[in-house]
Amino acid sequence: MRSVSRAPMLAGMLLLCGLALGAEAPAPAAPQGSNASSLSGSTVVKDVATPTAEELAKGDPAGDKTGTATDVAVADPKAGLTLADLANQAGQNKIAINFTWTLIAGFLVMFMQAGFALVETGLCRAKNANHTMMMNFMVYGFGLFAYWVCGFAIQMGGVGGVANLGGTAPLSHEFTIHAFGKPWGLFGTSGFFLSGATYDVGVMAMFLFQMVFMDTALTIVTGSAAERWKFAAFAFCSLLMGAFTYPLFANWAWGGGWLSQLGVNFGLGHGYVDFAGSGVVHAVGGLTALAAAILIGPRIGKYNRDGTPNAMPGHDMVIVLAGCFILAFGWFGFNPGSTLGASGAGNLRIASVAVNTMLAGCTGSFGAILYMWIRYGKPDASMVGNGLLAGLVAITAPSGFVNTIGAAVIGLVAGVLVCLSCEYFERVAKVDDPVGAISVHGVNGLWGVTSVGLFADGTSNYGGGWNGVNGSVRGLFYGDPGQLIAQLIGVATLLGFVFSLSYAFNVLVDWLVGQRVSAETELEGLDIPEMGSLGYPEFVLKMQRTVPTASNETAPAYGAAPVVAPSFGAGD
Amino acid sequence: MVKIEAIIQTSRFEAVKEGLHQLGVEGMTVSEVRGHGRQKGHTESYRGREYSIDLIPKIKIEMVLPESLVDPAVQSIIQTARSGKIGDGKIFLSKVDEAIRIRNEERGAAAL
Repeated sequence: MRSVSRAPMLAGMLLLCGLALGAEAPAPAAPQGSNASSLSGSTVVKDVATPTAEELAKGDPAGDKTGTATDVAVADPKAGLTLADLANQAGQNKIAINFTWTLIAGFLVMFMQAGFALVETGLCRAKNANHTMMMNFMVYGFGLFAYWVCGFAIQMGGVGGVANLGGTAPLSHEFTIHAFGKPWGLFGTSGFFLSGATYDVGVMAMFLFQMVFMDTALTIVTGSAAERWKFAAFAFCSLLMGAFTYPLFANWAWGGGWLSQLGVNFGLGHGYVDFAGSGVVHAVGGLTALAAAILIGPRIGKYNRDGTPNAMPGHDMVIVLAGCFILAFGWFGFNPGSTLGASGAGNLRIASVAVNTMLAGCTGSFGAILYMWIRYGKPDASMVGNGLLAGLVAITAPSGFVNTIGAAVIGLVAGVLVCLSCEYFERVAKVDDPVGAISVHGVNGLWGVTSVGLFADGTSNYGGGWNGVNGSVRGLFYGDPGQLIAQLIGVATLLGFVFSLSYAFNVLVDWLVGQRVSAETELEGLDIPEMGSLGYPEFVLKMQRTVPTASNETAPAYGAAPVVAPSFGAGD
Repeated sequence: MVKIEAIIQTSRFEAVKEGLHQLGVEGMTVSEVRGHGRQKGHTESYRGREYSIDLIPKIKIEMVLPESLVDPAVQSIIQTARSGKIGDGKIFLSKVDEAIRIRNEERGAAAL
């Protein structure tokens, strides 16, 4: 096995101390007045009892003979097992644990794509099932491609060394401007195509983990624009979002950019703090979803001439709730994985992060089910699913910093907030959002970001500091109002910059290929015109409940000619 | 020959079918339909918004019977399909001009 890069340093010590072949173990005499004795790396470790070959040949059912000192990598077999070998192995093990943890957590988050696909498809009508699933399916490919080409470089090109992953030293180029006497990191510039020096195992682990988070943000947008979005427009929007929108804000928050340095530069708490991405992932996704939904306009038949909305029930609550379970499971990778490690630097707090995540999802569904039950008389399955997700979204930013009571409260508020927000967007703002993506991810993402500034309780210790500021992250309720201000600056950036940029990109794509399908396509269902085949070819699709008539036809926001009400039998 | 068209509650179908088989009815065509009578359905709620369900799922049974079986069949259907509540359904009778078995071109009562 190979030695890590510390070997040259220790080899130098070897030379200085002289060859230690057969030397005894104890420490050389310490200088007068010092209380610490130092051991030489070349010191050979002797008399370590290990099982003999005969014992091992008999088999080891209890497992207590497997994994011993004989498994430690020895740099020089002639010298034998030295302290240098032990030190190297310990370091390698810590990094290996962190790699394993980060990668497996990343795999869990990748599986959330299936959850999003099922939730969105179940909340849409059956005639659009193929198209909705395809958007959620291909967002994985489009996003990954855009991120590999340039998104990752923009986001993490200048993040510097991430100790948990053994350094990621090649990610060391950040484009920075200087204003008001402070450095403002804007975007990274190393890591395009993961080539050159960024062809590095630590960078690879970081890339995989960050990519699946980026894809989570992208897949949110397909929810609010579903049932009327051209597939080509979706493809272009995903590429732009994965290449530019998401990576820019993520650089500012996680890549060492200016938002994360608000603490170092201006004394505002620990700068903008976002443990796993309520802001970076969910608010970015939700606000882009809002921009898309506003530009594209409501579905035909959603709003009557007098502005009252019509219910358009989803076609399969079974897959909606199954999808919510998949998302809740994947969130165990999303939040706890964001330590990027399970060994050292306060990483054992992953246990607390995981419990916070569970709790907030649970109280989120509670809040939603109580609200719907009391207000409307029956618990509504789709809103309860949204409530679970809202709780998970809201706890994403604070999960590493709060106690279980804080987590439960954050989730409960999120559960009620998502119901109120859905009502607001549907009835007041008149933005048609088939799956509630804007409310679950946008509104509750912003709530999650804010709640860090309130509930972070100062007991976490991730290697002594966060974002370059020593000490533990603390919110308003635990004595640090500056943290709340930093969080609110993040909220303002999301609303002001991210929403505006997304809207601009959407206008660009609209100019390039057109965002919305024609009215005939929308009424027939997108499956055949856009995808060429039905999602459910063997089932006779039900007639729509809301058939546009003279009283409820709405002209789409732009594009197609006004709808002529089809005859009653020409259904789906 | 008389065609009986019966529109009944979906939950009553098994009972109706059993009753007809015991009478000796040998063939029927069953379809799942939607419809409403004078009450025009009811309202439900989705994500806080009310919407009306004015087409209710029903089962339609069609059969062509010789004259002698018609009254017993109608009585059987009424007994097995009735719940006494709104939505029980309706039975329609109509005359059939001819019936033909495709396999061997038998006609008339022999084809039933």
